[in-house]
Amino acid sequence: MTDLTNAPTGAAPRRFGSLLEESPRTKRRNAAEKRFRIYGMCAVGVGLIFLAALLFAIVRNGIPAFTQTYMTVQVELLAEKLDKNGNRDIDDIKKVSTFGYNPLIDTALEKAVAQAGIETEITRGKDLRDMLSSGAAAQIRDVVIANPELIGSVQDFTVLTSSRVDGYMKGRVDRESLARDPNLSPAHLDIVDGLVANGAIDRVFNLAFITGADASESRPEQAGMGVAILGSFFMMLVVLVLSLPIGVAASIYLEEFAPQNAFTDFIEVNISNLAAVPSIVFGILGLAVFIQFAHLPQSAPIVGGLTLTLMTLPTIVISTRASLKSVPPSIRDAALGVGASKMQSVFHHVLPLAMPGILTGTIIGLAQALGETAPLLLIGMVGYIATNYPEGVASGFLDPNSAMPAQIFEWAKRADPAYYERAWGGIIILLVFLLTMNLIAILLRRRFERRW
Amino acid sequence: MPATWILLIVLALSAVGYVMARNKALQSAGGNRRALHSLPSYYGGNAAMAAAAPALFILMGWMILQPIAIDTFVSSNLPAEIRAVPGERSLAMADVRRIADGLDAAVSQGALTMDQSRIIESTETDVRALLGTVGVALGSEVDAATLALAQTYRAATDTGNMWRAVVILLVAFLSFAVAYRMTNKDFRARPFVERAILLLLIAAASVAILTTIGIVFSLIFNTVDFFSRYHAADFFFSTTWEPSFSGRGGDSQLGFLPLIWGTLFISCIALIVAVPLGLFSAIYLSEYASNPVRSIAKPLLEVLAGIPTIVYGLFALLTVGPLLMDVFGRDGVLGVTWMSGGTAAITAGLVMGIMLIPFVSSLSDDIINAVPQALRDGSFGLGATKSETLRQVVLPAALPGIVGAILLAASRAIGETMIVVMGAGAAAALSMNPFEAMTTVTAKIVSQLTGDGEFNSPETLVAFALGITLFVITLGLNVIALWIVRRYREQYE
Repeated sequence: MTDLTNAPTGAAPRRFGSLLEESPRTKRRNAAEKRFRIYGMCAVGVGLIFLAALLFAIVRNGIPAFTQTYMTVQVELLAEKLDKNGNRDIDDIKKVSTFGYNPLIDTALEKAVAQAGIETEITRGKDLRDMLSSGAAAQIRDVVIANPELIGSVQDFTVLTSSRVDGYMKGRVDRESLARDPNLSPAHLDIVDGLVANGAIDRVFNLAFITGADASESRPEQAGMGVAILGSFFMMLVVLVLSLPIGVAASIYLEEFAPQNAFTDFIEVNISNLAAVPSIVFGILGLAVFIQFAHLPQSAPIVGGLTLTLMTLPTIVISTRASLKSVPPSIRDAALGVGASKMQSVFHHVLPLAMPGILTGTIIGLAQALGETAPLLLIGMVGYIATNYPEGVASGFLDPNSAMPAQIFEWAKRADPAYYERAWGGIIILLVFLLTMNLIAILLRRRFERRW
Repeated sequence: MPATWILLIVLALSAVGYVMARNKALQSAGGNRRALHSLPSYYGGNAAMAAAAPALFILMGWMILQPIAIDTFVSSNLPAEIRAVPGERSLAMADVRRIADGLDAAVSQGALTMDQSRIIESTETDVRALLGTVGVALGSEVDAATLALAQTYRAATDTGNMWRAVVILLVAFLSFAVAYRMTNKDFRARPFVERAILLLLIAAASVAILTTIGIVFSLIFNTVDFFSRYHAADFFFSTTWEPSFSGRGGDSQLGFLPLIWGTLFISCIALIVAVPLGLFSAIYLSEYASNPVRSIAKPLLEVLAGIPTIVYGLFALLTVGPLLMDVFGRDGVLGVTWMSGGTAAITAGLVMGIMLIPFVSSLSDDIINAVPQALRDGSFGLGATKSETLRQVVLPAALPGIVGAILLAASRAIGETMIVVMGAGAAAALSMNPFEAMTTVTAKIVSQLTGDGEFNSPETLVAFALGITLFVITLGLNVIALWIVRRYREQYE
C-alpha cells in the first residue's frame, strides 16, 4: 500500500503541466470529436430541412386549388331565344346549343358592369365574357334543360370565372403578365376589382375540385380529382381482394408448411427479388401480359389493379411472414398437444393472432400501391382524360379511367400554370389518403399488438 | 353460356353440395357426431371442393387457351403474304377481333338479330357504320375477306363456349357425385380437405414464380422481336438516340449508350447527395442522439421514404428546377449561364438524392447497430474518443454492409422513373455537364410505350429491350448487395 503514496521515482512522467489543462493533441482530438458530431447533426438537419421544404412547397402551392373564384350573374332567360316555338317542348329546348346562351350571358354581364358603376373601355358583352369560364354557358343550359319552367324569368347563376381571373384573385396572375396574354386583358382586371367590391365575384371553397371530373386543357377552372379518385378506389379494391388472400396464403405456406428444399428456396429468392424490381418493369409486365396477351381493356382500373397486385404481393408476403414468425411456437405446440391438426393449429390459432400485423402490413402495401405512377403510365391510365364518371360497378372496373397519381402527372404536363396549382392540390388529396391509411395502420398496431 | 354463368352454377353446386354431404355424413353416423372420423364441416368442405376446384381450374385454363387456339386457327386462314409478316398479322387479327366483338355487341344491343349477324354481307350493309352506332369504331371499311374471317372467329368462339359449358358442368357434377358417394362416417375427410388447402397455399406461393416468369418472358419475347427488326450492335453501341415519331419510319436511331449514361450520371448525383447525408444521419441517430431526439427525427426522416415518387417529380419540376435556374441560370444569383432549362440532370439527381436519404440511413442504421458492442468497448478502453471509435473501428467493421446498402440504393436510383420523367428533361445527351438536360432508360421506356396498343415497330419494341437491360442491372445489383449484406451479418453472428 505504501508504494502508492511514494512519489514516483525512476521513469520521468511523460506529461508536463496540469491535468486540468488540455494538451494540444487532446484539444485536436476533442475538436475532431466535436466536428464529427456536428457533421452528424447537420446531416439530420439537412434531411429534415428537405422534408420541411417539400411539405412547405406542397401546402403553399396546393392550398389555393381548394378555393375557386365564382361570379354571380343575373341572367334573363329570354323565351324568344331559348324556346322559339313557345311550346316549352323539351326537345326544342335541347336544340339550343351553348352558343345560343352566350348572348344572354353577354347582356347579363353588361348589366352587371353597369350596375356596379365600373368605367371601362370594354363595352361589348362578348369581350366581357372572357372573364367567365367557357363552361358557364353549358352550366346554365343544364339548369334550363332540367327546369324548363324557368324560361322567361330572371335567375341568379353562380358560374365559374376563367382561370385567369381565378389566378388574379389568388395572386398568380397580375397585370404585367396579362399584357402578353391573348386570353384576358389588364382592363378586365379593373372590372374584376369593381365586381369584387360589389360582391358579385367571390372566392369560395371548391368542392368541385375534390368531386369533379377532369376538364379539357383550356378549362383548368373546371378540372377536378373526383373521377381519378374513383379510379384509384376501384384499383385498390382489386389489389385488396387479390393480394391479401394470395399474400397470406403464400406466407402461411412458406412460414408454416414449406419443407427445406430447392423449390422453397426458389420461391423465396423470387419474392425477395421481386420486392426490388423497379415498378416500371411491372408496368411492362402488365402491358405485355394483361393487355397484349390476355386482351383485357386498356386503361381500365382492373388492369391497373392486377399490375399493382403483383407489385404489392412481395411487400405483403414479407410483412405477413414477419408477423406469423412473431407468434410464439408455444401456441402451435399447445394446439397440436390437444389434438388439432397442423392445418387447424395454423388457421384456428396462429393466423388470428397474427392478423393485426398482417392487416398493418397490407394497409402499408396498399398505401404504396396507391401512390405508384409509373406502371399506370404504361398500361395507358394517363393518356385518357378522366372526364366521365363510371356508370356502375362493372364500368368502374372496366372503363378507361385514370388514377390519382396519374391524374397529377397529366396535370403537371399541361402547359397552363393553373394546372400546376391543381397538380399540387391533387398531391394534398393523395397525401391525405396516404396519411389516413398509415394512421389506421399505426392505430391497429398500437391497439392490437401483443408482446409475447 | 357466358363464363360468369358457369362460375355461378359451379359455386351454387358447391354450396348445395356442402350442405348435402354434411347431412349425409351426419345421417350415416346416426346423428352422433362422435361416430364421425372428421368434423361434419370437413365432409361438407370435401364435397364443396370436389364440385368447385376441378371445374374452376378447367375454366381458368380454358379461358386462357381458347383465345390462343382460335387465334391460331383463324390466322391460318389469312392470306399467306399477310401471315408471313408478324406485324401485319397482328394488325389483321386485331381487325378481325374488333369486327367479331362489334357484331356481338350489335346483337346484345338489339341492332341486329343473331341470324342477321351471321349472314351479314359487306356488299349489302355498311358494316362500319352499323358497328359505329353500337360504339365500336373501326379504322377502315370492312372487306368481305375480313368479314368472313370474323364470322369464322365468331363461329369458333361460339362452339368453344358451348363445349366449355358442357365440359365444365359435367366435370363439376361428376366429381361432386364421386365425393358425395364416398361420404360416410368412416371416410377420412379431414386429410383430403387439408391436402387440398395445402395445394391452394402452394399455388398462392407459386404466384411469385409466375410473376418472375411473366416478367422474363414478356421482356424476352418482345426483345427478340425487336432485335429481328433492329441490329443489336446498333442498339448497344450507337451513341445517338433519335427515334422517328412517324411510327414506321426506318430511319430511327435507337442507341442505348446515351440512355444508360444518363441513368448512371443521374444515379451518381443522387448517391453523392444521399450517401453522406444518409450515413451521417444514421451515425448521429444511432450513436449520438438522445432518446427524445431520435424518437422524433427518425420517423420524420422516414416520412421521406413514404412519399410517393410523383410528389418528388412535381417537386423537381416545379420547385427545385426553377430554384436552380434562379441560381445557375441566366439572370441568376451567380450571374453564370450554366443552366438553360429547369429540367436537368442535377435537378433530378438532387431530388432523387433526397428520396434516397432515409433508404441509406435506415439500412446503415441496422448495419451499424449490428456491430458488436465488444468492439466499441475495446476501443473506448484504449482511450479512443467516440468519433475515433466510429471512424476507425465501427465503420471499417460495418463497411461491407454499408457497401451493400449503397448498392441497394443505387439499384433504386437506376429503376426510379417519375422523378426523371418529370425532372431530367427529354433530350438524350452524352455529356459530363450536370446542368444539361438528360434522359434515362426508365424515362424512355415510358415515352416509347405510353398509350400504344400495338407492338409492331422498333420504336415501341425498343422499350422492351430497355426494360430487360434495366431488369438485369437492378437484379444484378440486388443479388450482389444481398449477398454482401448476408455475408456481413453471418460474420458477427
